[in-house]
Amino acid sequence: MSTLIAILVLGVIAALFGALLGFASVRFKVEGDPLAEQLDALLPQTQCGQCGYPGCKPYAEAVANGEAINKCAPGGEDTIKKIAELMGVEVQPLDANHEADNTPKVAFIIEEDCIGCTKCIQACPVDAIIGTTKQMHTIIADECTGCDLCVAPCPVDCIEMIPVATTTQNWQWDLQSIPVVQID
Amino acid sequence: MTDYLLLLVGTVLVNNFVLVNFLGLCPFMGVSSRTETAIGMSFATTFVMTLASLLSYVVSTYILSPLGLEYLTTMTFILVIAVVVQFTEMVVHKTSANLYRLLGIFLPLITTNCAVLGVALLNLQEQHNFFESIVYGFGAALGFSLVLIMFSAMREKLANADVPTPFKGSAIAMITAGLMSLAFMGFTGLVKF
Repeated sequence: MSTLIAILVLGVIAALFGALLGFASVRFKVEGDPLAEQLDALLPQTQCGQCGYPGCKPYAEAVANGEAINKCAPGGEDTIKKIAELMGVEVQPLDANHEADNTPKVAFIIEEDCIGCTKCIQACPVDAIIGTTKQMHTIIADECTGCDLCVAPCPVDCIEMIPVATTTQNWQWDLQSIPVVQID
Repeated sequence: MTDYLLLLVGTVLVNNFVLVNFLGLCPFMGVSSRTETAIGMSFATTFVMTLASLLSYVVSTYILSPLGLEYLTTMTFILVIAVVVQFTEMVVHKTSANLYRLLGIFLPLITTNCAVLGVALLNLQEQHNFFESIVYGFGAALGFSLVLIMFSAMREKLANADVPTPFKGSAIAMITAGLMSLAFMGFTGLVKF
């Protein structure tokens, strides 16, 4: 009899606790948005804001909520394709605002014209511009993502966007682009 | 009031859980390599220990004792602790993202921290009342935190020290822990129970 009571008591306690945890898991559920996270991982993380959002994460959240998928200029077609795949929608050409020219570019400061106002430094999302007040600025070409956000703020128009010349160093060899499979 | 204060000081220093009772040694060794994680673990443990000693007191006094089921104590306490830890994790995750980032990964670890079960069982053994149980649980956690943070600070310094090769890593950590334990023995007799 006492064994029965013991089993019963332990069972009731366990059931109560189980119910509590079950209730808590529903009541305190955390809504993480896994889709937005996945989209964010696909975006190039230049935080350039060309899509009209303050960074890649906000754009990823917007896309998850139904914003157009073709607004990421630095990502280009590749990114659009990946997003389309993830979202299960048709691939679209890059948004008309950016469509005109999608060749990779890098910013270049015409150094004799630079007055050292630091406005482009503040605009640069990736800190690729070095220089300080009343000192000439220059661009670290390797860091520059070609987002051209620094062009507009420059008061003397001394920033140019130069297309990146294709060399053997930066050529995308992409040896896996044609999948070779054995056909039986 | 003095009784509670004495109990608190006694638990923190004289009967320190880690260095005198040798409970909770795994987290003491495991998460003490960086002060930051040690502090996170300390907060999480303090919270869980206090809550667990309170709840286990309630369960044992109002459910197990009246039914004469004292032999189920250990099993029930394990259940209580596991639930407290899980529940805390869920609530913290929901209510405070910052706190969760700080404590999150440590909370599940506490389930298997023997100091938590130890505090619940010792409460019973020493026949503490409701408030004494809370003070004892809190004091034990405070002692654990104190020792853990001190130890992690020492280990951080030791990482830069020129330790002879055979003593590098865990060996010197064990020696340090031993010396700390010796030092804490010096508190014996500070508070008479």
